[in-house]
Amino acid sequence: MKPRHKRLILIGGVVAAVGVGTALVLNAFQSNLVFFYSPSQVVSKEAPTGRTFRLGGLVQSGSVQRDGVSVRFQVTDTAQTIPVRYEGILPDLFKEGKGVVAQGQVGADGVFVAREVLAKHDENYMPPEAAEALKHANAANRKMANTVVKEAAK
Amino acid sequence: MIPELGQIALLLALAVALILSTLPLAGAVRGRADWMALARPAAQTHFMLVAFAFLCLTASFVRNDFSVAYVATNSNSALPLPYRVAGVWGGHEGSLLLWLMMLSVWMLAVSQFSKHLPRPVLARILAVMGLISVGFLLFMLLTSNPFDRLDPVPVDGNDLNPLLQDPGMVFHPPMLYMGYVGFSVAFAFAIAALLGGNLDATWARWTRPWTTAAWSFLTIGIMLGSMWAYYVLGWGGWWFWDPVENASFMPWLAGTALIHSLAVTEKRGAFKSWTVLLAIVAFSLSLLGTFLVRSGVLSSVHAFATDPRRGVFILVFLVIVIGGSLALYAWRAPKVGLGARFNVVSRESMLLGNNVLFVVAMLSVLLGTLYPLLLDALGMGKISVGPPYFDTVFVPLMVPVVFLMGVGPLARWKGAELPDLARRLRWAAAVAVLAALATSWLAGRVSFGATMGFVMTYWIIASLATDLWERIRPAGGVSTSVFARLRLLPRAMVGMMVSHLGVAAFAFGVSMVNTYQVERDVKMNAGDTTEVAGHVFTFNGVQPVHGPNYEAQQAVVEVTRGGKPEVTLRPEKRIYRVQNNPMTEAAIDPGPTRDLYVSLGEPVEGGAWIVRVYFKPFIDWVWGGCLMMALGGVLALSDRRYRVKQTQPRETAAGPAGARA
Repeated sequence: MKPRHKRLILIGGVVAAVGVGTALVLNAFQSNLVFFYSPSQVVSKEAPTGRTFRLGGLVQSGSVQRDGVSVRFQVTDTAQTIPVRYEGILPDLFKEGKGVVAQGQVGADGVFVAREVLAKHDENYMPPEAAEALKHANAANRKMANTVVKEAAK
Repeated sequence: MIPELGQIALLLALAVALILSTLPLAGAVRGRADWMALARPAAQTHFMLVAFAFLCLTASFVRNDFSVAYVATNSNSALPLPYRVAGVWGGHEGSLLLWLMMLSVWMLAVSQFSKHLPRPVLARILAVMGLISVGFLLFMLLTSNPFDRLDPVPVDGNDLNPLLQDPGMVFHPPMLYMGYVGFSVAFAFAIAALLGGNLDATWARWTRPWTTAAWSFLTIGIMLGSMWAYYVLGWGGWWFWDPVENASFMPWLAGTALIHSLAVTEKRGAFKSWTVLLAIVAFSLSLLGTFLVRSGVLSSVHAFATDPRRGVFILVFLVIVIGGSLALYAWRAPKVGLGARFNVVSRESMLLGNNVLFVVAMLSVLLGTLYPLLLDALGMGKISVGPPYFDTVFVPLMVPVVFLMGVGPLARWKGAELPDLARRLRWAAAVAVLAALATSWLAGRVSFGATMGFVMTYWIIASLATDLWERIRPAGGVSTSVFARLRLLPRAMVGMMVSHLGVAAFAFGVSMVNTYQVERDVKMNAGDTTEVAGHVFTFNGVQPVHGPNYEAQQAVVEVTRGGKPEVTLRPEKRIYRVQNNPMTEAAIDPGPTRDLYVSLGEPVEGGAWIVRVYFKPFIDWVWGGCLMMALGGVLALSDRRYRVKQTQPRETAAGPAGARA
């Protein structure tokens, strides 16, 4: 083999490794991105069925029901509410009226089956996803209130 | 008074760092020996000033001086003393001071142990590190001063985040930062070499021990972080691919690649510009990691309230350091030359494979970590990239790395023959496959993933044994015994073997725990039992316990095996008084072949609790493997040749390449 050929093989090897790596990454990326939706978006069918996504908002006060290891609660963005079912231990800082992010899928019955409920790390901290959901809902609420006022004025 | 002294020390340190980063550098350009001679005393003074400031902050914590805003937010008079000391790095400002402290330690070490370096080289190195220090000092003094006072003075402090009140937290940040900042030495060596144009095998030899030391610290730091997550977060996992973990893992990946490419540069004079680039990348990732974690971009236990000025400063600093060094690289690297040639099959090419794979792995982690942040910043929606992505990308990339790890050390430099390698390694390959199948069978269930993991484990061990035997076996005519030859092995070689064995132990632990762990969440009344992997757990109710700064519900869980009592575990659910936060304190019975892990969920009706009961086979091997990797690094560091003073300025090993550079 001439040196030139050797170098070509070497470069080819490197390119192949990078190529395989890129292919792996893009493939995994495609199938493993988890999108975030607010309860309002789920109600308006923007969220996919049969695919995992994150749901964020506040835990509705008085909605938490324990039955052995499984828990039911409702996540709200103050405009809409989604029922959630979860099996297992909730994070330490899970509380009624506080922010929460759940990861899972919506079942045929409209109940969000969470595989993971995310912990937040301190009392004052709000998961960004939950904060986002509340902001959107607030905007929506205000818009609605405006329309109502306008219609009343007519 | 003490905080003011600390403040003054920081200001003086800034002045010294400014002198250090300008005069010696100018001296190196102009050939002024007196200016260059300033570098060492300046580095030493810088260390003393920063250490004094650090002590001042520690004293404020120990004395419960809540007039200092940082102490008031991160401590409390009821906090036990060790955590008051660890509280120094429990928040944003203090951890920056810790970072700076570590930087000054490394600078002191360079000024002490590099006396044999040519004066311009040492001057340039210390000046570059001084520049980094200027950046950090400015950041601290302008945006995040740990010595800011509060008026009025609060009666008591806001307490340290309960999650951080754990022995692991006392050691995790200093170790991690020693590693992060340690890469600044390799970075400074690289920049100094680019500036001076003396990039050769000697340069690689000087850089190697520093890089290995930093890498060992970083390995230990990451290991402690992983153990902390396992003990404290109460989910029994040891790695979550959390952005914060990734931030520390990316410099580790780049650093691992750097260690291997430095070996080639030192021994063969090849990969020179690539090695320099890796040194720049490793430190840039350390900076990025520090700031990603500290800036509040990532929401986690590490992130603190954000201040827009900090964000801007960080961005500017990153742009200057990373952009500046890459620009310098682009300008000077073409002059470096390519170095010695090698064959398609050779130890060089295999180490090149290692490097390519590690860099691709690092980039894939970088993509997964930054992409969600980027989308968010552009207002294109919120997404998250979870563990499945990292698992599917990372694991396949590590398979060829492990394969090369077996072949590489047996291949000759410059050129090797494939049939020869295959012949020497055929037994190792056979042993690996058979032993893996046997282990899977013994474990009770044959799974593809675990068997692959075992093959990797045994492949490393068997190929390493082959390598070792070839090096120490009695050769014809030579009368030295096997043991005498064993003792003659260079420490660097032994270090490499121990580190690689550490990878084997790590792979074994991961394969075992991921496949054969048993996790069960159960509702238990007092007296209830549950069986997990042959161990019977009896829940004997909870009792209240008073801690120094928390109240706890402590459960008593008796574990028996085959009717015989094994251990009593006491997991707790704590409420910390000041912040009023609940915390789960898991109870773990560690063992060489398995951990038994019990943690309390929440109380349910009628005095029952949701209890999490885990059986984790061989999980301690995961950290044991990391420990071995770091130990290998320390062994390699102690190799004699790094301590032998260089009398000749140029190494012959670099050959014509060295001359060309």
